Amino acid sequence: MGNIDFSLVDWSRAQFALTAMYHWIFVPLTLGLSFILAIMESIYVKTGNPEWKDTTKFWMTIFGINFAIGVATGIILEFEFGTNWSNYSWFVGDIFGAPLAIEGIMAFFMESTFIAVMFFGWNKVSKKFHLVSTWLVAIGSNLSALWILVANGWMQLPGGTKFNPDTARNEMIDFWSVLFSPVAINKFLHTVTSAYVLAAIVVIGISAYYLLKSKHSLFAKKSIVVAAVFGLISSLYLITTGDGSAKQVAKYQPMKLAVMEGLYEGSEGAPLQAIGVLVDAPTDKNPNQKEVKMNIALPGGLSFLSFGDFNAFVPGINDLLYGNSKYGIEPYQDKIAKGKLAIDALRNYRLAKKAGNEDEAKQHLAVLNANYKYFGYGFYSGRSEQELVPDVPLVFYAFHIMVGLGSYFVVFFILMLFLTMKNKIQDNRIILILAVLTLPLAFVAQQAGWIVAEVGRQPWVIQNLMPTIAAVSQISSTNVMITFGLFLLVFTALLIAELKIIFAQIKKGPEAHSGNN
Amino acid sequence: MFENLPLIALQQYWWVIVSVLGALLVFLLFVQGGQTMLGVLSRDSSEKTMLVNSIGRKWDLTFTTLVTFGGAFFASFPLFYSTSFGGAYWVWMAILFAFIIQAVSYEYRTKASNFLGQGTYEIFLFLNGLLGTILLGAAVSTFFTGSQFLVDKMNLVTLDSGNMPVISSWQTPFHGLEAVWTLEHLAFLQNIALGLAVFFLARINANLYFINNINDSQIEKRSRRVLKTNTIFFLIFFLFWVIRLMFLDGFAVNPETKEVFMESNKYLNNLLQMPLVLVLFLLGVVSVLFGIFKGLFTTAKNGIWFSGLGTVLTVLALFFLAGFNNTAYYPSTYDLQSSLTIENSSSSHFTLTAMSYVSILVPFVLAYIFYAWRSMDKKKIDRNEVESDPHLY
Repeated sequence: MGNIDFSLVDWSRAQFALTAMYHWIFVPLTLGLSFILAIMESIYVKTGNPEWKDTTKFWMTIFGINFAIGVATGIILEFEFGTNWSNYSWFVGDIFGAPLAIEGIMAFFMESTFIAVMFFGWNKVSKKFHLVSTWLVAIGSNLSALWILVANGWMQLPGGTKFNPDTARNEMIDFWSVLFSPVAINKFLHTVTSAYVLAAIVVIGISAYYLLKSKHSLFAKKSIVVAAVFGLISSLYLITTGDGSAKQVAKYQPMKLAVMEGLYEGSEGAPLQAIGVLVDAPTDKNPNQKEVKMNIALPGGLSFLSFGDFNAFVPGINDLLYGNSKYGIEPYQDKIAKGKLAIDALRNYRLAKKAGNEDEAKQHLAVLNANYKYFGYGFYSGRSEQELVPDVPLVFYAFHIMVGLGSYFVVFFILMLFLTMKNKIQDNRIILILAVLTLPLAFVAQQAGWIVAEVGRQPWVIQNLMPTIAAVSQISSTNVMITFGLFLLVFTALLIAELKIIFAQIKKGPEAHSGNN
Repeated sequence: MFENLPLIALQQYWWVIVSVLGALLVFLLFVQGGQTMLGVLSRDSSEKTMLVNSIGRKWDLTFTTLVTFGGAFFASFPLFYSTSFGGAYWVWMAILFAFIIQAVSYEYRTKASNFLGQGTYEIFLFLNGLLGTILLGAAVSTFFTGSQFLVDKMNLVTLDSGNMPVISSWQTPFHGLEAVWTLEHLAFLQNIALGLAVFFLARINANLYFINNINDSQIEKRSRRVLKTNTIFFLIFFLFWVIRLMFLDGFAVNPETKEVFMESNKYLNNLLQMPLVLVLFLLGVVSVLFGIFKGLFTTAKNGIWFSGLGTVLTVLALFFLAGFNNTAYYPSTYDLQSSLTIENSSSSHFTLTAMSYVSILVPFVLAYIFYAWRSMDKKKIDRNEVESDPHLY
């Protein structure tokens, strides 16, 4: 036992962020491209046109290169909950372990078994079995996304559980409310549709490169058609799930919403910032206050986005920190005091239990139950409430980048589809260059989205119940620094390898060997 | 169905599931074993390609089994997850890094512009085979020799003076690496012996798998030859480990008070008191030996099925020895009462019930894996295939 080691907490967070962000470079492409492959192969099987087989095979090669590094960067994430967030693993392991295990049993085996058939089975199994395998790879990888996002959704809105003071952990009491938590479902839909959008943009970007070079034109146009349709449908759905996300954040994580918009003083008819710059504007009340300058704002927009009502009240960071009696918002210090009560009650309950004093134990239990929903705040007893505010600029900019790019992608897909349908795409160099330049932006939007979701909920590992300082494993921060460095080194080397191999494959282009099978 | 079972029955059921996954994992480590023999078994690049592709179509399954083993352990015995992974940090990190570098190596090895070069990816495969097997074996051995940790759930509420509220804390700064130099009861010898036994067993299974999966007389001849050396080393380390285990003091649990205490010859007693496990163990060992016999002294190609089944049965029996019959499966030598048992480390009745329903899927999963493998392996890998197909590892 030692004093709270903030360097340990920070390094552990940094390591999780590093590994998760690396992993998420590759996963969305896997999720989306797997379906694009399945669609292309279906067209091949239906039409018997070998050009579609070549098209499928080319994208399958890209898929394989990307998949391998996705697997490599993924294994660590599961085990990191144990290695670096050991307390967390006990405190909520009763709930959190289940989706991870189900992910393995239901999704990973499906993916890994049929991926071998998909890659190596062209001449070994029937056409139909092969097609089924390709679809099962897509379904398997998307199922794995479902379960891990259920787990993530539960951290943002912990439901279906009850705290057991005897085991000092949360225990599941309702499996279905964990699985069908509104946050989990929406998070899954928003995340996978964003992945489909990314994959579509990658396919269009690479195809546009071929058209610019006047190579493989037929292949490129076929790919663009499939990707643009898939991308447009996905991006429209992405907008609606994004809207759903905003409403849930407003309801369950008001601090995250205020930070996303840089909103310090809440108001009715709160504006939505379209663009803007955050500048320091300290006040007596809040020394860390900032202000959005050079902005274009939509009046009442945030109120509408959050609650479907242009006049609704949206609380700002200051309302949440210092309370707002008019709207019945408790100040953080009150929550901290109640959290402390809960923690003390748990200790006293266990002491009384140990001493065999059941009546006293019962009294402490009542106090614990009454204050449990503030349990995590108690760990901030004697500290400043400012520690409970996430990094405002990081979340603010990430949010606006994500939304801006997401909106642009819809227009982009419409444009691509229109030009391809009119058979004009190959002549329009500016549009083709735009398509190539859009490719990296899809990855930027993905990372920005996760920054909003995860930095925006700091310091909570489990919303209101467990902050990072109470979740971390007790290892010296030097150890974590070393593994952080190793991950950075290994993952960067592998990323460079992946990119070089993919670029080489793109340069090589699709092969015409439609003779087989 | 499951909800009516008492908690202890669900805990035992889940110990069985975790054991089955662990046992399948050790069998599937033949992929890792094969990775350490790519040089020994091949003379030219076509032969190497055959070997790489033969195990390369299975590596993902081993990997997935490891991940699922971890996930199932987390879901059913979360206190193990938080104690061992967070405590024996360096052991698990080393294992994970060994698997991270494996995951890209098959796919990237022969691809153009692969940045690190074919040789590096082959070194990655070798390292994964070497470290993955030895470290996993040594880690499992600590289920019998113990580790140094303290578990105190009350620590969650020790906030005063700003202390870290940590439930499980490891007591050495080496975070698990000490398993290979802990002198007490010669634990280090025991741990290293099981690590090496798993390493050589993985190579044995790989030899037998290559004989079965690749249609090439030269590779077959070399596999049978190397099998002999692997068998000798395996027997030395495995017998040393098992025989010593029978005479070791073990970590017993008093069924009434749940107190953990040292019992002499605990694991021998467990074998004798659980005759089914004894049968499982003997069947397993005999089956492994029979598989090896087929590989060494006959021209049969099906040795892998016997050694594979035998591996699964033997490992199952060892897990049962560690966890059943009032035994602490993850003992602490630092504080006996912190030792983990299937009773004090498990998930709640509700979660175990829910997960038990999920476990019904397992036979279906095994069935489609078996079906897919059969469809793919009907035609054996041969020189002709690797020299004509451009889409190989």
